[in-house]
Amino acid sequence: MEKYNIYAAKLLPKREILSPGHRACQGCGELLAVRQVLKAIGPDVIIANATGCLEIVTSSFPDTAWTVPWIHVAFENAAAVASGIESALKVLKRKGRYPSDRDIKIVAFAGDGGTADIGMQALSGALERFHNFMYVCYDNEAYMNTGIQRSSSTPFCATTTTSPAGKKSFGQKTNKKNLPEIAVAHGIPYVATACPSYPFDLMEKATKGVNTEGPAYLHIFSPCPTGWRSLPDDSIEIGRLAIETGVFPLYEVVNGKYKMTYKPLKLKHVSEYLKKQGRFKHLTGELIEEIEKRVKENYNKLVKKCEI
Amino acid sequence: MKWPVKNIQEIKWQDLEIGMAITEPGSSRFYKTGDWRSLRPVVDKKRCIKCGLCYIFCPDAAIYEDDEGYFVANLEYCKGCGICAKECYVQCISMVEEVV
Amino acid sequence: MSKRVGIEVSLSVSEAVKLANVDCIAAYPITPQTHIVEHLSEIVANGEVDAEFIPVESEHSAMSVCCGCSAAGARTYTATSSQGLALMNEIVFIVPSLRLPIVMTVADRSLSGPISIWNDHTDAMSVRDCGWIQFFVENGQEAFDAHLTAFKIAEDKRVLLPVMVHMDGFILTHMIEPIEFLEQDEVDKFLSKNYTPAIQLNPEKPVTMGAVGIPEIYTEAKKAHDVVLHESKKVIIEVWNEFAELFGRRFKPVETYKMEDAEIALLTMGSYGETAQIAIDELRKEGEKAGLIKLRLWRPFPLEEFLDTVSNVKGVGVVDRAITYGTTGGPLAIEIRNALYDVEPRKVVTDFIAGLAGRDVTINDFKYMYQKTKEAVKSGKALPYQFIGVRG
Repeated sequence: MEKYNIYAAKLLPKREILSPGHRACQGCGELLAVRQVLKAIGPDVIIANATGCLEIVTSSFPDTAWTVPWIHVAFENAAAVASGIESALKVLKRKGRYPSDRDIKIVAFAGDGGTADIGMQALSGALERFHNFMYVCYDNEAYMNTGIQRSSSTPFCATTTTSPAGKKSFGQKTNKKNLPEIAVAHGIPYVATACPSYPFDLMEKATKGVNTEGPAYLHIFSPCPTGWRSLPDDSIEIGRLAIETGVFPLYEVVNGKYKMTYKPLKLKHVSEYLKKQGRFKHLTGELIEEIEKRVKENYNKLVKKCEI
Repeated sequence: MKWPVKNIQEIKWQDLEIGMAITEPGSSRFYKTGDWRSLRPVVDKKRCIKCGLCYIFCPDAAIYEDDEGYFVANLEYCKGCGICAKECYVQCISMVEEVV
Repeated sequence: MSKRVGIEVSLSVSEAVKLANVDCIAAYPITPQTHIVEHLSEIVANGEVDAEFIPVESEHSAMSVCCGCSAAGARTYTATSSQGLALMNEIVFIVPSLRLPIVMTVADRSLSGPISIWNDHTDAMSVRDCGWIQFFVENGQEAFDAHLTAFKIAEDKRVLLPVMVHMDGFILTHMIEPIEFLEQDEVDKFLSKNYTPAIQLNPEKPVTMGAVGIPEIYTEAKKAHDVVLHESKKVIIEVWNEFAELFGRRFKPVETYKMEDAEIALLTMGSYGETAQIAIDELRKEGEKAGLIKLRLWRPFPLEEFLDTVSNVKGVGVVDRAITYGTTGGPLAIEIRNALYDVEPRKVVTDFIAGLAGRDVTINDFKYMYQKTKEAVKSGKALPYQFIGVRG
């Protein structure tokens, strides 16, 4: 990230789409990511939100943090509801029953739980139907709102309440599901990964995604101090370490062409990332090395894709 | 229904908006999360370079730009997470214990 | 001038939805609803109506997409059956709480297991509690007419509730019947071409729909829903009367046949009411004071209208085309018995489970049910309920 970008933070639009007063935890990476995405998109947006942390903390009756039209229906159908809104706006604008002077963006927000597991069907259907919307998945790597249970996006060896480390277990036994790749496999025009620790990269991707003709998928790494057992003020640092160790590479896929948007000069060892989180504190040296091997392997595979 | 809601126990079923919709955008601003914190960020204006990093890293949008261009915490909402203090480029923010 | 056409009833439903100037259709195919959505798909593809047809990947998504469409202000329609209704069950309960006036046709079919594609009301009964307005239609003309009234009722500002139109799968959906169609200008006199929502997802006036119902407010939200469902009966009758004034065909919440001096009545819901009518005619010829009550409006339950029909009756034989296991009767009978509990003098309610998975309910079956009800009136006792025609 170039130096001048850091100083341009003060030039960002000051309007907050998300009002303060929401019930997120101190240091919540998810809310920060959503705040940044919304800053990039602006107020001409309609949001379909899945059940989860974001939805619960921002819509506890009678309080809503949303200053834009927002609907929550259920857990697994953010993509389907967004498809409906998109189709309705298309036909209503044609029939002259909806203002067509404004370019209104449609965004679906869901967590890793509501995307990778229960929401997979709706996401796949919406992407296949090629609706003009952006799907944002904020990935805190577990079902955080219901109490930190594992999801298929939980990384290898992480402790969660349903994949706990114990005498006979080292935590999550399987690899993290690669959601951006699944989105790419649907042949959509724009897929990207982002992290709130790199706000300008994230905001640029959110803007690109929402201005893409057709479906866009944005996968955001969202550190969760509560679930990851890390310090609330470490959230940005952990996000940064995830990128600098190769755990969560920042890239985008435009019409099937891969491009790394930030390539660290030299990758750090994953232990720098793991040691800041209590959900990995049970790991032995052997497991850490296994994680290091897997992370670097996946990273190199991705780098190869970017070189094509 | 009228916002801010002084006491939810006073809302009758007839008062609800259709489908229990919330028609006051951003009504969470009436809920002051400031009393959650145990640490408060204090900005040393002599060293602040007005870069805005703390502003973009605050999950609660509780940092705002004051008239002089310094970024200061909105104590009505600041939850005291400490991200601003940790990320400040010149380390001019310190987290000070809230004294009741 | 309206024309009378011999057409499969499913297709007439699609034609009604087309005449209603629907905006969005999101449906997933399931036997026996397939012809409805196939024909609608054709209608949209030929530009006969300007609508978006969204081919969803499951019924759960179908209802979710409909939520999105309706919340954005579009006149929305879908159709399903049995397993599809069961799959979208979660969302079906959410729709009326958001007050989205979606119209859905349910081609009633048995719920698995075992898997069955044939008609009964078990799927309808599985969503008794969902809070939608629900009606049952008996024949093709009613199916066509009911859908037009459904949109008007759903979108009325005093209602704004979704409407489910139940029609018997195969037995009605796949029948070819003579149906009198209405012309577009006639429908436009009855139903406005445009749906204007009370609240809408529009950046000009942002709203939050689907907030968390904390315990301090949940009960109030549910009370509001219950009240509006009860009060919608007034509007339903009003709209049905308006339809009758314009087009001559009148729906009533409770239809009666030869009930004026009946002592024993049978009660049906759905298309076998027509067979029951023939049975009543035969019983009358045999000197029996038989009558038939046909329930059209299922939710909100038309209590006053129903009680009016049974004032002089001694016994009611309720024919349930569904089963609810391990309790005191079939789902319809339980509600009828409950409705009659405080009525003096006491009416005896007998209870028959007939016609599951499309099994034929014959005229003789109805006459048998009548005789059983007559016996029960004599003895004063009606329980337990019985299956009609079960072998063993």
